[in-house]
Amino acid sequence: MDVSLVERVFPFFVEAAWITIEISVLALALGLVVAFLIGAAKMSRSFLLRAFGTAYVSLFRGTPCLIQLFVLYFGGPQIGINLEPFAAGVIGLGLNIGAYMAESIRGAVLSVDRGQTEAARSIGFSRFQTMRKVVLPQAARLMIRPLGVNAVALVKGSALVSTISVVELTYTAQRYIGSTYKPFEIFGVAAVLYMLIVYVVARIVDLIDRRYAIA
Amino acid sequence: MQGLDFSVVPPYADILWLGVWWTVVLTISAALISFVFGIVFALVVLYAPKTVALPVRAFMWLFMGTPLLLQLFLIYYGLGQLGFKIPALIAGIIGLGLHFAVYNADILRAGIVAVDAGQTEGARSLGFSRMQTLRHFIVPQAIRNTIPAMGNNLIVLLKESSLVSIIGIAELVHAAQLAISETFRPFEFYITVAALYYILNLVLEAGLRQVEKNVEVSR
Repeated sequence: MDVSLVERVFPFFVEAAWITIEISVLALALGLVVAFLIGAAKMSRSFLLRAFGTAYVSLFRGTPCLIQLFVLYFGGPQIGINLEPFAAGVIGLGLNIGAYMAESIRGAVLSVDRGQTEAARSIGFSRFQTMRKVVLPQAARLMIRPLGVNAVALVKGSALVSTISVVELTYTAQRYIGSTYKPFEIFGVAAVLYMLIVYVVARIVDLIDRRYAIA
Repeated sequence: MQGLDFSVVPPYADILWLGVWWTVVLTISAALISFVFGIVFALVVLYAPKTVALPVRAFMWLFMGTPLLLQLFLIYYGLGQLGFKIPALIAGIIGLGLHFAVYNADILRAGIVAVDAGQTEGARSLGFSRMQTLRHFIVPQAIRNTIPAMGNNLIVLLKESSLVSIIGIAELVHAAQLAISETFRPFEFYITVAALYYILNLVLEAGLRQVEKNVEVSR
């Protein structure tokens, strides 16, 4: 174990960890927006919207996230989309995690008792009002945990953007493994930072969950 | 901006098929490792003495909290540093296998605990040893009950196998990169690769559904 090496590279890893955090937070925000839109599309009365939502979820969950990033970043310029690595990373991860989160949201909405919808509709609430005032407030509590699982997966999945040369934790680790040839020490440093981020995310999810717990 | 032209793809069909083939081989090999070690890790965590169980638990904790890509780098370069001269393909299979073994172990551990205590009591009272009870009664039932969850892991494994292209294994993604380096047509080839993964995924899902149905029937 080379302690002086760890001391020397640590500041660079902390900097890289901030990039990982930034990417994850921005992708999470984009993912939530996508998830609500796709979730709504999948539960819509319009056949076209439902078909679109279903196809979106199926395609993004049925192909590797790595390939989605490559299509966007390397293939993008061919169809007129020129993105910086960071932006491509945020958009690629966000569109991908959005498909998974849409399913978490849909699962939560579907597990609200049907009687709630029937009761609201029978006392004259519109479909939209029923969803907004009756179903969603109850579903919100149920989607915290699954969305938290998605968020943790997103943090770990953000390592993929190292392949489109975003200088985040995994990219930094790969570079230092190559230059120092000390894979165990470098892995250790990166692992500690990843686990710290994952731990903080899990704690935040816990806090939100407790805040909205019943009784 | 240039127009898209998918006619550049068919000339590379042979290379892409070879890539599909290696992706399948890689996924199946890693799946076998993840299944066997999943059982081993689950049993060790539950029943082994602390001196053995704790390191395994720490390993599982470490592999659940860090990205697969980082683990692949560790195994590829780490085994080399320890003096094991292994090809990238083997490093990739070990890396993928161990990563998913950890997730399978987590599922199986819960599955073993969930098997009714009456099963153990019944087997023990018939004179089976603790080991025999595990081997013939508890573990088979736990495996059967956790097939859907482990099947989900397998679906993730197929997609994540694309990551080993980063350490230079000539699977599907790598095949596409080879074609792209000659044609400069990333969009067409990555879309093709995405479609191939999608088809592999559909086949795997259909297979898993069949397995689950068979298990239901034999119950």
